[in-house]
Amino acid sequence: MTLLYGLITGVVFGFILQRSGILAYEKQINALRLIDMDVFKVMLTSIIVGSIGIYFFKDMGVITLSLKGTSIGAQVVGGTIFGIGWALLGFCPGIAAGALGQGHVDALFGIFGMFFGGAIYGVIYPFMKKYIISIGSYGKISLPQVLGVNHWIVILVFSILVLVAFIFFERKGL
Amino acid sequence: MWEKFGKSGKRRWQMKNKKMNPYLAGALVGIVLVLSVIVAGKYLGASTTFARGASLIEKAVGIDYSKYEYFTTKKEKYGPSSLPNWQLMYVIGIAIGAFVAARLSGTFKMKAVPETWKNKFGSSSIKRWAVAFIGGAIGLIGARLAGGCPTGHGLSGLSQLAVSGFIALAFFVIGASITARLLYKDRRG
Repeated sequence: MTLLYGLITGVVFGFILQRSGILAYEKQINALRLIDMDVFKVMLTSIIVGSIGIYFFKDMGVITLSLKGTSIGAQVVGGTIFGIGWALLGFCPGIAAGALGQGHVDALFGIFGMFFGGAIYGVIYPFMKKYIISIGSYGKISLPQVLGVNHWIVILVFSILVLVAFIFFERKGL
Repeated sequence: MWEKFGKSGKRRWQMKNKKMNPYLAGALVGIVLVLSVIVAGKYLGASTTFARGASLIEKAVGIDYSKYEYFTTKKEKYGPSSLPNWQLMYVIGIAIGAFVAARLSGTFKMKAVPETWKNKFGSSSIKRWAVAFIGGAIGLIGARLAGGCPTGHGLSGLSQLAVSGFIALAFFVIGASITARLLYKDRRG
């Protein structure tokens, strides 16, 4: 059943993203060149809606959080390395699968590269664990915890900031 | 939700191929995330599947994956025995969903090299595929080090207001936007 849920979730996700047009290489690379913000509009809107839903149902006791551990070293170094790869390929991992589905053959080579990258990470993991992941490792922390404020205040402020960004994008025609 | 979109949308898209508004698409994706967590208890993510896939390929071709700590740590969380799992099916589903949507809307098109790339770097498929392969490899190394990709850290992480998500997404975008600018810098002036 879990496998079926995964498949259905993926199909719906892929369907929506295809219809929004953001699976195209042009959309992705132009977002990264900061000249067409559609990719970020989709992403940030989903985060706002997601955060409201997640915390609403968490408060209701329906779901639990599953936070990824914070490591300044891992997220700064890994994040930057990921970004370089993202721009070279033009697709992030989930998007590459969708891009392949709509006929981007180059996305398939990106996916082959990802398997290769996964193998390389297996080799270099001990080094990363010792020297990078250990830098500024704080465990599973959320922003409301760190700031010591209610999560709804964080969601409200974050939403306002995103809204301001959206108004800016629309005014500039991005 | 699926029925509504599949049916009412299908006829319209076949005629006009109208794109979905990005804010509407984002809102729907947010709802998909929340439903997934409620129904299946799963937050969305994609990059781990490729590390797991790598260990499965190593196993299949006779490389001893168990000599790599990463593939055996946390009860083989990233090892071959973790597959098939929810996330693998999710990633496969994305490709299927995109394929179906593309076919229904008449936007499916086999493309070896994207236009934007062609205009800048020429029409060589080999060159584009080589860079795509290298980009995919670098991206996955970065994602596994960071602990997630724009779906896992970005969408799922930020929706939970995780500190890791904010830092990771910020550096994803910083690394990517600098690289994209360098790639597409106009050398001819």
